[in-house]
Amino acid sequence: MRHIISVLLENEFGALSRVAGLFSARGFNIESLTVAPTNDPTLSRMTIVSMGDDAIIEQIIKQTNKLVDVVKVSDLTAEKHIERELLLLKVSVEPSNQADIDRIIDEHGCKIVDVSENTYTIELAGQGAHVDSLIEEFEKSDVSNILEVARTGVTGVSQG
Amino acid sequence: MELNGAEIIVQSLQKEGVDHIFGYPGGAVLHIYDALEAQDEILHVLVRHEQGAAHAADGYARASGKPGVVLVTSGPGITNAVTGIATAFMDSIPMVVISGQVPSPLIGNDAFQEVDAVGITRSCVKHNFLIKDINDITSVIKKAFHIATTGRPGPVLIDIPKDVTIARIKEPKFPEKVHMRSYNPQVIAGANSIEKAVSLITTAKQPIIYSGGGTVIGNAHNELREFVNILGFPITQTLMGLGAFPATNELSLGMLGMHGTYEANMAMHDSDCVIAVGARFDDRVTAALDKFCPNAKIIHMDIDPSSISKNVPVDVAIVGDVKQTLQELNKALKGKTTFDISPWWKQINDWRKVDSLAYKKKAGVIKPQTVIEALYEVTNGKAIVTSDVGQHQMWAAQYYQFDEPRLWINSGGLGTMGFGLPAAMGAKLARPDLDVACVTGEGSIQMMLQELSTMLQYHTPVKIVNLNNRYLGMVRQWQEFFYEKRYAMSYMDALPDFVKLAQSYGHEGILIEKESDLMPGLKEAFAMKDKTVFLDILTDQTENVFPMIPSGAGHNEMLLGGRDEMKSTNDEGLNLV
Ligand SMILES: Cc1cc2nc3c(=O)[nH]c(=O)nc-3n(C[C@H](O)[C@H](O)[C@H](O)COP(=O)(O)OP(=O)(O)OC[C@H]3O[C@@H](n4cnc5c(N)ncnc54)[C@H](O)[C@@H]3O)c2cc1C
Ligand SMILES: Cc1ncc(C[n+]2csc(CCOP(=O)(O)OP(=O)(O)O)c2C)c(N)n1
Ligand SMILES: [Mg+2]
Repeated sequence: MRHIISVLLENEFGALSRVAGLFSARGFNIESLTVAPTNDPTLSRMTIVSMGDDAIIEQIIKQTNKLVDVVKVSDLTAEKHIERELLLLKVSVEPSNQADIDRIIDEHGCKIVDVSENTYTIELAGQGAHVDSLIEEFEKSDVSNILEVARTGVTGVSQG
Repeated sequence: MELNGAEIIVQSLQKEGVDHIFGYPGGAVLHIYDALEAQDEILHVLVRHEQGAAHAADGYARASGKPGVVLVTSGPGITNAVTGIATAFMDSIPMVVISGQVPSPLIGNDAFQEVDAVGITRSCVKHNFLIKDINDITSVIKKAFHIATTGRPGPVLIDIPKDVTIARIKEPKFPEKVHMRSYNPQVIAGANSIEKAVSLITTAKQPIIYSGGGTVIGNAHNELREFVNILGFPITQTLMGLGAFPATNELSLGMLGMHGTYEANMAMHDSDCVIAVGARFDDRVTAALDKFCPNAKIIHMDIDPSSISKNVPVDVAIVGDVKQTLQELNKALKGKTTFDISPWWKQINDWRKVDSLAYKKKAGVIKPQTVIEALYEVTNGKAIVTSDVGQHQMWAAQYYQFDEPRLWINSGGLGTMGFGLPAAMGAKLARPDLDVACVTGEGSIQMMLQELSTMLQYHTPVKIVNLNNRYLGMVRQWQEFFYEKRYAMSYMDALPDFVKLAQSYGHEGILIEKESDLMPGLKEAFAMKDKTVFLDILTDQTENVFPMIPSGAGHNEMLLGGRDEMKSTNDEGLNLV
């Protein structure tokens, strides 16, 4: 099962590598990891997406909690939550496919944030699955070539 | 008063009550050495190899219960210490390691003797720090000792660039207390879990207490003894727990696990209620997980939530300091009636009759088991016994009856050959009042021999009991059983003359080749109170450690010495090391 684990930790030298190192040393899988300071600059929020059965997720949470720099760990997927990921997608554009691309952009509620002679850079903020589906749509259809994909990884907060 | 960083470090250590530092100098720590030289509250022990420093500090910590302190230089100094740090980490031993680092402006430049000490040690310390500002020294050292000694203890590394030790500040503040919002180990167990445990305990028909290193680390031996005596339940202990409950007590079934006794492992297998006290369900203990305690409800007391349900799912988890947890349980259990477990005891006593530690003597050879029995007799069971890693370690654990905690000092989790000698030195410095023996093998002893020199310099008389079987015996045993007797690289050729070797270091040496010389030799050695004596004892070359649970088998599938033939193991079993 896919879990989104939210970690509040001291914004200190080496804190990120402690968490990342723990995951690799214990063979826990990381699908994505994002980190940035919170409104309190001494604290960072890290959001990790990982796959695993209940026993593995329990160990991930306990082991992460055990790190001395970690203040709080929660499994967002265990409660109601909001998740968002930002995608920047660069695709090739030609007069022949421009209408199709515009349609896809419309349907997915994306924005075009940069236009060049033969490229579009498209921005989408949404759930991880939504981001997947947009990329898939471009990949499957012959509408256009994907030139570059940059995703931030998922971040999230509990609801309410 | 103005102080430099090095002086602040030394004063901080003094304020923590440090009386011994084990270390080795080098460029990055010269300022600290200069500051150490100017005082005499702390004795610095100059080892001969930084791994020895970490093991000695570890032995000191295990014998005294106080944190061990290590000081090493940057680069090769800290990399040499890593094995010792990892050894302490695996066995949850409190330790503070200070490593010098290249000056801050050079960090990251591949400077002379630069390694990323924080990065290299990250996965084998409880926590580590890099001090970048002289103003942080006092609070970081305070935190380091706090982290190392509380919760589940472990080693903490502090990496200090040389310029920070040279910088000066006026009136440094030495904090009295530590506050860390991110570090608050749960010490007091929830009342709810205690209640649940009581209800399982009082309805158990075939209970067993499985107690581990946490009872030693947590100084909970008195509470454990009370707990066992209130209940009258059988108790088995892990390799790391030995001595917390007296081995000679009628309720003790001895060690469990791969080389545990028949009665301990059979009782685990048949139990309906396993009470784990500060033990971590290690693979040497559980044997095959799918065959582990098939009928038991499991209660687990541990201070580290991540120990719980890591390998084996448990029914009642009691997170907290085992000393306080046991006090609560003892209170709750007094006056409660438990089940009549006399049929269970009858069964256990039948298993005891199997006498699984019996061994046959052979004319003309010294059996290693006999040596340990003799050591036990000569020291009245009151010595500190450190050991290295291998067959000799198992025999020491099986045949020396430890009745008190902190007498048995060995590397269980990492299984580090070379641990025994420096650990014995550290233990002797911590407990000069006790006899200290180091049970070792001719393979292991050669990994840290150089510390014989340190032991002369600091007058730490230790009796080295070398079970010399001319084999890397534990490896040879596995090759005999699982690799059709193909003895790849387990034979030790070109051994030194250990007696002369000891003498060349200024110690005594005694060679023992006949069983009739064993007792007299041991007595002679222990009579030389102020001498380190190397007893080189030629033991049976091909003796094996029994009982043994082969990899992949369950607790009830033990092999007994002289009775069972080793069955070959399948690939899945071999996988399990
Ligand atoms: C060659 C070889 C063979 C071995 N064979 C065996 C064998 O046959 N049998 C055997 O038992 N071992 C054996 N071992 C040792 C084994 O590898 C493990 O080191 C050992 O079993 C672990 O012991 P433990 O479970 O008591 O845990 P420890 O490593 O001692 O861990 C202590 C546990 O207690 C907890 N704890 C610490 N402090 C407290 C506190 N204050 N309150 C509450 N909890 C606390 C910790 O969180 C941890 O979970 C062998 C080792 C070697 C090298
Ligand atoms: C540093 C290290 N290297 C390798 C091993 C693997 N190992 C475990 S026991 C053993 C043999 C030990 O031989 P010896 O010290 O002679 O003891 P014996 O088993 O013969 O009693 C070896 C090589 C280890 N535990 N530690
Ligand atoms: Mg040997």
